[in-house]
Amino acid sequence: MKHSTRRGLAAGAFAVSAALLLSACAGGDSGDGGGNGATGGGEGDLTPVKLQLQWLPQGQFAGYFAAVENGYFEEEGLEVEIIPSGGDIVPQDALANGDVDYAIAWVPKVLGSIEQGANLTNIAQIFQRSGTLQVSWADSDISSVADFEGKKIGSWGFGNEWEIFAAMAAEGLDSSTVEIITQDFNMNAFLQGDIDAAQAMTYNEYAQLLETVDPDTGELYTPEDFNVISYEDTVGAMLQDAIWADTERLESDEEYQETTVAFLKAVIKGWAFARDNPEEASEITIAAGSGWGPSHELWMVNETNKLIWPAENGIGVIDEEAWNRTVEGALSAVNESGASPITEEPPASAWTNEYIERAIEELGDEVDTTGESFEPIEVTLNEGGN
Amino acid sequence: MTDLRERETADAVPGGVPGGIRSAGRAGRVGRSRRAGRTAAAWAWGLVGILALALLWEGYKFLAPADGVVIAGTRVLPRSTDLAMPHVWDMIARLAEPVTRSPSAQPLWLVVLLAALTTLGIAAAGWLVGVVVGIGLALVMQRWRIAEWGLLPWIVLSQTVPLIAFAPVVKSWGSRVEIGAFEWQDWMSVALIASYLAFFPIAVGALKGLQSPDRIHTELMQTYAAGYWQTLVKLRFPAAVPYLLPALRLGAANAVIGAVVAEVSTGLQGGIGRILIQFAGQASGDPAKAWGPIFGAIVLGLVAAGSVALLGAILKNYRRSEESA
Repeated sequence: MKHSTRRGLAAGAFAVSAALLLSACAGGDSGDGGGNGATGGGEGDLTPVKLQLQWLPQGQFAGYFAAVENGYFEEEGLEVEIIPSGGDIVPQDALANGDVDYAIAWVPKVLGSIEQGANLTNIAQIFQRSGTLQVSWADSDISSVADFEGKKIGSWGFGNEWEIFAAMAAEGLDSSTVEIITQDFNMNAFLQGDIDAAQAMTYNEYAQLLETVDPDTGELYTPEDFNVISYEDTVGAMLQDAIWADTERLESDEEYQETTVAFLKAVIKGWAFARDNPEEASEITIAAGSGWGPSHELWMVNETNKLIWPAENGIGVIDEEAWNRTVEGALSAVNESGASPITEEPPASAWTNEYIERAIEELGDEVDTTGESFEPIEVTLNEGGN
Repeated sequence: MTDLRERETADAVPGGVPGGIRSAGRAGRVGRSRRAGRTAAAWAWGLVGILALALLWEGYKFLAPADGVVIAGTRVLPRSTDLAMPHVWDMIARLAEPVTRSPSAQPLWLVVLLAALTTLGIAAAGWLVGVVVGIGLALVMQRWRIAEWGLLPWIVLSQTVPLIAFAPVVKSWGSRVEIGAFEWQDWMSVALIASYLAFFPIAVGALKGLQSPDRIHTELMQTYAAGYWQTLVKLRFPAAVPYLLPALRLGAANAVIGAVVAEVSTGLQGGIGRILIQFAGQASGDPAKAWGPIFGAIVLGLVAAGSVALLGAILKNYRRSEESA
């Protein structure tokens, strides 16, 4: 009698926890569906496309989320699933493996993969400018790349460090004197003095500094508190966010070629929307699963816009000069242990303007693809990015 | 009915004394109030432990130098600044505040809780797969000695593959699996990695447990003309319980760790691993926020191990003593 009640109780408790677990599973599922923004409209004739990002959803990718949310991809007959990356998902590897159809990645990183045998093509250079900074304290003795020797320089590694070494190589500095400290997801190592000059993206980590309270004053840090070295002003500047496609499929698969043009048309419309409506674009990105606070997200969209617009030749068109400069930088860069990202020039198939130019042409006057009159907005950061 | 089962159980457990359970049952009836008191005491001590930890944290923060203690260029004690170690009350207060200023933002504790439940579900799925695979492997290895020789080294070897190398490969395979209407979901990759970590202690523990009956007991079963299956059900499984329960608990803890790490690794949305890195990125401007998901992960581990304790309650009759796996 007593045993059976105890057993009944235990079984009941087990059933409750099992139900809880199952419902949690279901919750996870629906969260996924919402985050990807995949349209369950049931339109069978949409071509499914997977786009691999290089990090979590955030304002850096606002144009793609805007294109999904506003139905630009659907207008082009595509059903696009945006796949965020995590710590160990390398976008160009996912593309080369055939897991996805397109990937967003920095040019020097992909050049390294291409040299190791990946067959990838840059089809649109979305970011025309480099957004990487090296930040030091205003009262430190580091105000330019020339001061790097013998210092503790922060970087995230994984190919994010090549601009540092390319800039140092251009100055004729010895990179083996530098102590490279791997940076975390935040700027704490710099704030606590473990790093002399920390790597920061204009659209993210620099904002993290400006939304942190200075313990000495009790107020937020201001730009006057820091020396900011922008790689865009140095020879080390390299091309960053680009859209990559599978070279073999581009050459042999006509359907993929058409999909590529349609995809780029929608992407252009998405980024034009983010340019003209930064507030809405940042809200769309937050709804797509970005965890940043509203002021940080808006800052990110605005700074990202500055890297894209104005685009003299049209958004995404690869400037051969900038491409060559990136290749030269990658060839000349030597890291602290003597390695280089690439040792020879990449093949001609590594980039093409064919598809982005067709996309711009087909869009015609429908969209402003150069953004000549682009003016960034003023964003005020709040504490913690909130 | 109850009597018969009890006798069977007592017989089946190696070294079991018939009637021992019945007398234990009588003692239990008498000591119900005492047991309630003991449960209350356990909770109280748990609370005291948490309070002590909070006091230690604040005490260290108060006494230690802001830059920690550095000996010969190596920091042996951590920094005690608000950036590195936010005040306990700040971290608790942060949990009650909304995640961001966005009008749709939920309070931090709710976000952490929902994420923890998602991860718990994934870890539970991984744990179940790990239990099935682990016990299956143990059965095969117990049945055929040659299988044990052949499989056990591989099982041990499997745990030396680093997770960060393994996770992208699993995700990549998963993205290509599509059988009819069934499409591989990203959370399944994470559950698979969780099961990969969970099956190991279960396989080893279950094997040890299945092999634990003395020869005298197996020979007794033979004199009864009991076949393999009967011996398995009447003798080996009951005897394996004391080995299996700690193994299952280890498996549950492993499944949670595997799920969290795999979430970080593959960038799966919705779980605790994801908000762990998301909020870590915001730790400069909002140091207390990053601790929310850490607390969530701790609670998650406790709940997972606690769920196995429920299993222990169901299998109470077989738990004469627990061996360490």
